[in-house]
Amino acid sequence: MHHRGADAKQTFNTIGIGGGVSTTSAGAGTTRYTGARIARVEDARLLTGRGTFVDDVTRPGMFHACFVRSPFARARIAGIDVADALALPGVRAVFTADDLNPAVHELWYTIQGPKAPTTPLPLLADGEARFVGDPVALVVATDRYVAEDATEVVVVDYEPLPAVADYATADRSDAVVWEQFPGNVVGELGGGATDEVEVALAGAAHVVESPIRQQAYVAVPMETRGIVAEWEPASEQLTIWAATQAPNEVRSVVARVLGLAEHRIRVIMRDTGGGFGQKVLPMREELCLALAATKVPAPVKWIEDRRENLLSAGQARHEQARVRFGFDAEGTLLAAAVDHVQDVGAYPLPWPVGTGAAVGMIFPGPYRIPATSFTHRSMFSNTQGRTAYRGPWMFESVAREVVLDTAARRMGIDPVELRRRNILRTDELPYANGNGMPYADMSPAETFEHALELFGYDAFRAEQADARAVGRYLGVGTCSYVEPTTPGNGYYASEGATIRIDPSGKVSVYVAGGSTGNSLETTVVQLTADALGVPIEDVATVQGDTALTPYGAGTGGSRSGAMTAGAVEATASVLREKLRRIAAHRLECAPEDVELGGGRASVRGTPTIGLSIAELADLAYNRTTALPPGVGGGLEASERYTAPSPMPLWANATHVCSCEVDVATGQVTILRYVVAEDCGPMINPTVVEGQIAGGTVQGIGGALLERLAYDDDGNPLATTFMDYLLPTTTEVPIIEYGHVETLSAGPGGYKGVGEGGAIGAPAAVANAVADALAPFGVVVEDLPLDPQTVVAMIEAATSR
Amino acid sequence: MGEVEISLSVNGHARTDAVEPRLTLADYLRERCQLTGTHLGCEHGVCGACTVLVDGAAVRSCLVLAVQADGAEVTTIEGIAAPDGTLSPVQAAFRECHGLQCGFCTPGFVVSATALLRDNPDPTDDELRVGLAGNLCRCTGYQGILAAVRRAAEAG
Repeated sequence: MHHRGADAKQTFNTIGIGGGVSTTSAGAGTTRYTGARIARVEDARLLTGRGTFVDDVTRPGMFHACFVRSPFARARIAGIDVADALALPGVRAVFTADDLNPAVHELWYTIQGPKAPTTPLPLLADGEARFVGDPVALVVATDRYVAEDATEVVVVDYEPLPAVADYATADRSDAVVWEQFPGNVVGELGGGATDEVEVALAGAAHVVESPIRQQAYVAVPMETRGIVAEWEPASEQLTIWAATQAPNEVRSVVARVLGLAEHRIRVIMRDTGGGFGQKVLPMREELCLALAATKVPAPVKWIEDRRENLLSAGQARHEQARVRFGFDAEGTLLAAAVDHVQDVGAYPLPWPVGTGAAVGMIFPGPYRIPATSFTHRSMFSNTQGRTAYRGPWMFESVAREVVLDTAARRMGIDPVELRRRNILRTDELPYANGNGMPYADMSPAETFEHALELFGYDAFRAEQADARAVGRYLGVGTCSYVEPTTPGNGYYASEGATIRIDPSGKVSVYVAGGSTGNSLETTVVQLTADALGVPIEDVATVQGDTALTPYGAGTGGSRSGAMTAGAVEATASVLREKLRRIAAHRLECAPEDVELGGGRASVRGTPTIGLSIAELADLAYNRTTALPPGVGGGLEASERYTAPSPMPLWANATHVCSCEVDVATGQVTILRYVVAEDCGPMINPTVVEGQIAGGTVQGIGGALLERLAYDDDGNPLATTFMDYLLPTTTEVPIIEYGHVETLSAGPGGYKGVGEGGAIGAPAAVANAVADALAPFGVVVEDLPLDPQTVVAMIEAATSR
Repeated sequence: MGEVEISLSVNGHARTDAVEPRLTLADYLRERCQLTGTHLGCEHGVCGACTVLVDGAAVRSCLVLAVQADGAEVTTIEGIAAPDGTLSPVQAAFRECHGLQCGFCTPGFVVSATALLRDNPDPTDDELRVGLAGNLCRCTGYQGILAAVRRAAEAG
């Protein structure tokens, strides 16, 4: 393990990234691209407007689709009259539930399998609309303008019904979202040592109990969802261009829905404009388009607009808990319990109870807690369905870290000191938390201390005291978490790579892809250049086309770095062996005496005697009689990496945030922001920092700005960027990075890093605000900490 | 619906087209001119992804009708780099500073920053932040973007 301190820079003109990046190969066989700040191969096309996002795809004879969506949170659909819409010039078809839903052969997602418990998922609302935005009909027309015109004249006879607007009281509602789920309960789970926890709490010197509630906020990729589906009836071939994180999963799910063999379907994604979990699974609208394309039949495009994205692409983060901690007299944790309830809307994807239980299982976090337990409950409501969003279980960190700060203040212990007494040290690992999570290969205490050192905690406390003396309210908050990355279960457990050394000696590497800004093309090129010992400019990659690449589960679960590293190495090792055998035969030495590097195969100890990769490729493809006995032609291989166990690779991090609160207006200004993490070795530090920064700012947005609000009747209140507030350049701090490195058990020792920023930021920000307002006795129980909430908290605390 | 004839210059090339009055400039550029680098992130004038230059001014092409651009000189992201592909100083700085990840908001940022630095070649950090606050990015946390535009200003 070693530390790599970040440059603690306060102005962005000196931020330490990008400088000195070189893509020039030294060509000496010693070049290591992995670990270097390699400039991205994706950038040239994206900077010049030459990317290919799904809305950039145009097909001959293409039609455009638009959905008719329910204006009611809950309503019976008594009838739909499409005659006026069909009469509009340019309208080709209007589909309702009667047209599309019966055509579905089977609908299930690979991560769950065909027999897992699930919730209803009609493609179009069938008999009853269950949230504002529920797709009721699909119009197909010659262009988007005409399609939108036509949606205005589709006459739907709605009979409004009372809606379940509040998930927290849904079990007591007279209304039900789905009749087959009485009380609106999707499912419940619990775990840990409940009796031990109660005993420990009963005997604890300090017991701190607090509610904590998080608002709904969402992924909001800058590119909305979208799909082009083209059906060729004669060849029974469906081609799909999609905004997706998982092209193979789109293919598999569409194959099930249409009852087609997977090889009848080709899914292509070149550039996708962000996903953050929202584009992991094809949803109802995309599946409608695939079916509609076969029925028109013609190429049909649907590009979601922003209003639809905020109405219907899925909610996240809407949950609450009751948290209880027991401590001894010195502040040592004795027990922790969390009772967690989450909103899953009307059409959650996937089955939400399993992912919801992860909140409880990871709730103990990076701390040494002898007795822990959890309960989880998923509740339906008449709002949009819950979907994955970057660190879907992150509420464990919000619940634990915010209430730990509350506890520290109640016990009169500095929040950092309280954590220091309880955080796991490297010498205590491996360690199974009380809810069964087997921690290994990480560094919670070391990372925590590294973050505090970078931040200068003691100096800040002095600065804070000076500020308070003159009526300014500064605060500091931390959040430390452990994160399961790179899951090894189900279809996530393996990943493939095909590598072809072309006859010219240049290299093409094919992986499933699903990069939505994750820099996966650059990553794979770096890894392959090192694995074969060739100059990086000699390597190109093809990703995101199910007809060309190996099968793979796509981006998600912070898995792509480690999994593609494993896949590239598995395949490259086969090619290295073949290159050595061919070279050894020509150089008249033993294969084990052949060294690869710098684009050459040379005799160990005599680098001047050797052959270039181009010469070896020429032999392999064009002069097969010169190959050694038993070695076939060509230089192409395809292998898979398979995780040896379903256990994830554990990463950990500590966020430290300082802020100033204007107690008159409630405005929170972030002053400094430090993230120290242990994601294992970094393939490309610039990419790692970019992932951390993006996630962190999403978390800051969640803590201070973003709220996917609904009113008491289930009407959405945030359907534009005027109402749904994203962070901008004027709100974000300069993020300072620290890196602690522990090797994982996975390929290269790598771990995932894509989701962590979004996990750690909300609690760090909330704790900074709570610390700033500690003189008022403020307790944070509700997010986000927008100005009105902050002012209300101060007023409530001071009137107590 | 009746159509209106418009004549304009797009990236230095003269065009004449008949368009519906309700056609936005963004859709005109994307669908009629096949210049798909101009992206639509919200279609209500907040995200800035569709920013183009109209007679030199950075405008949101989702809020401008094509007919309003009659007689104008329009520059899109495709017109920012040199014809041989050499990146502009702003584009090069974005590449050097990891100012983009998914790249969807990038054309709008590059166009906005190009206009910003033309009008204010030596911005303070605050001016830079305020000048870019009309564009939204969801991937980078703005870290690389702010660094890139600062670097482009220093290079300029």
